[in-house]
Amino acid sequence: MPPLEASKNPIAVLAENVCRHYQMGEALIRAVDGISLEIRSGEFVALLGTSGSGKSSLLNLIAGLDRPTSGRVVVHGSDLASLSRVELAKYRLHTVGMVFQSFNLIPSMTLFENVELPMRFAEVDRNKREALALKALERVGLAKRKKHRPTELSGGEQQRASLARALINQPRLLLADEPTGNLDSRTGTEIMNFIREFNESLGMTIVMVTHERALAERYAGRMISLADGKLIDDRATASAATAMMRRGES
Amino acid sequence: MKLYDSTELALRNLRESFLRNSLTTIGISVGVASLVAMLSLGIGLQKLAGRRLEKSGLFDTVIVTSRRDLRSFNREQEDNGPSPADSPALDEPARQKLEQLPNVIEAYPDVRFITELRFEGSPHLTMVAGLPFSSKNNDAFDGMQGSFFSSDSAPEAILQKSFAEELLGKTPKRGAEDVNVSELAKSLLGKELVLSYTERTATANTSSGASESADSAAYSVIRHQQILKIVGVSDLDPDSMRGQARARVFLPLKFAESLHVMQASDMRDTTRLPGSVPTYSNVSVRLKSPKNVQAIEDAIKKMGFNTFSITDATRSMRQFFAVLDLFLGIFGSLALAVASIGIVNTLVMAILERRREIGIMKALGASDADVKGLFFAEAGAMGIFGGAVGVALGWTIGRIINIGTNVYLRRQNFPPEQIWFVPWWLIAGAIVFSIIVSLLSGLYPASRAARLDPVQALRYE
Repeated sequence: MPPLEASKNPIAVLAENVCRHYQMGEALIRAVDGISLEIRSGEFVALLGTSGSGKSSLLNLIAGLDRPTSGRVVVHGSDLASLSRVELAKYRLHTVGMVFQSFNLIPSMTLFENVELPMRFAEVDRNKREALALKALERVGLAKRKKHRPTELSGGEQQRASLARALINQPRLLLADEPTGNLDSRTGTEIMNFIREFNESLGMTIVMVTHERALAERYAGRMISLADGKLIDDRATASAATAMMRRGES
Repeated sequence: MKLYDSTELALRNLRESFLRNSLTTIGISVGVASLVAMLSLGIGLQKLAGRRLEKSGLFDTVIVTSRRDLRSFNREQEDNGPSPADSPALDEPARQKLEQLPNVIEAYPDVRFITELRFEGSPHLTMVAGLPFSSKNNDAFDGMQGSFFSSDSAPEAILQKSFAEELLGKTPKRGAEDVNVSELAKSLLGKELVLSYTERTATANTSSGASESADSAAYSVIRHQQILKIVGVSDLDPDSMRGQARARVFLPLKFAESLHVMQASDMRDTTRLPGSVPTYSNVSVRLKSPKNVQAIEDAIKKMGFNTFSITDATRSMRQFFAVLDLFLGIFGSLALAVASIGIVNTLVMAILERRREIGIMKALGASDADVKGLFFAEAGAMGIFGGAVGVALGWTIGRIINIGTNVYLRRQNFPPEQIWFVPWWLIAGAIVFSIIVSLLSGLYPASRAARLDPVQALRYE
């Protein structure tokens, strides 16, 4: 969704002076160091930065996989720091979908079982699960390969399967950590098109970590640059401006 | 996550590392098998001892003695109840009263005396006892050669093996091989024994006297002889456990009573009238079921008599077997304890291997309880399989030990015995125990897996 229109939407993610520090022996590592930002519902945001800039750490904090050392992260009105371990697990289950650079499919399970897995945690009825998992696989064009194990598939296919898995519990927020990092440019484009489609047709909020500025420019509506755990730049992308102009012309 | 899903995922995980999990499960099986084998042996031995005692036919019998007799089976009885002088006499009316108690089949007096028996001219001194006709159905006579008495008043005798050996001059020397009962019977059945005994009869003036004064209680002792026909030779001792005086020759009870043989108790009870109302040194009360023993004993004690039953004697035996079973159980459980370490090891290894997988599941929304449940289900499944296979294995080991022992027994000319017994509760108990041990072993690995930090776990390659 173009940023100007999205700016009227409610806040999906709010970070207030968030810090995540690690103690490594004597040294204190400031992975995330006082970041404040707002992401509106329906936005497609790219987190840019070199490796070690803190972008993945910030994503983990938004995903509820990690807790901040100080500051707070509020997603759709709930302060993640105040959630118990059980509530945080529920938050990850229902509110967030995650896609990783290394796909993170469970190798001992078939594609179908991988996609079905989050529904087991959500205690979805067995008889409903099959249809839902098949529909999700169809959406990414993998219905015919449902019985294959991840190792029998190409990288692009694995990432598509992991997209299907991320969407299975209909989350409002899709967090992607370098989703094209392990893919060639052609399959990378394919994956990005899927993600853009989810953003536009389903209205999902997307937060994508990448170190490829071109990719961010092309797909995201907003680029947030990080360095040494600090936010150094936050602006709308050219593609967003183009889209806005296109909309203005029509 | 629902239990069904945890179980399904656990089973697929177990299948994934089939070899390692099978080895762990075999470890549990061996533990359960040793437990089952040990306990089934303990239970089998207890049953064997119980059967031996039951064969004595006395599990359903209470022996009643008079408190006047001044000899008692235990001090507790002496201290409680009426004093000997106030207590009732154990005579014919008392016997009839005992017979009328509920659940009593019969009450018969114990007639036994030491006397001389002549066989082919040579005298032999032994204890002779009357045997009620109802003993015919007693298991003790299963291995008997010949037949039981033709009637309750027939002048017939059943010999105990040791006496038969003595009659034939074949008393085995210590350590020598046993003489076969059937051989003894061949040369004895149908032959005659001459019983010499002293009869106690009332003197003539007593029977005509009107009052029962101490003076009139005179009696005479007359020596008699009676020819007996040997009808049976018994291998087992049908009289075992019945007091100190073991009889080796048995006569039909009614017949023995009719002889009015002078009994040891008569000497102590000389003030009583002989003949009219016979008194007994003890009366055996046979019950419908061993379950009634305690109730009947209590009822008889209330009547003012002393009682004794095999149940009293077996109480300490049961205690011994309880301790034996406990020790066998502890030794059997040791192997299971070792196996439980195997489970912990396997699951901890699985956590290391599946660290990333656990991280993925947590990122997808699995709660700590989901992860814990998964590892618990894996431990539980190993427990169920291990338990089931272990019970089968233990059963087989017990059977092999039993067969081996019986081969040995047969070689030593002993009858085969069932020294091993697996009750259904042992099967169920062993499987449940195995599951509990497995779950306890899974406790630490499961909580460790649940506590894994997903960020760290996802970073793990």
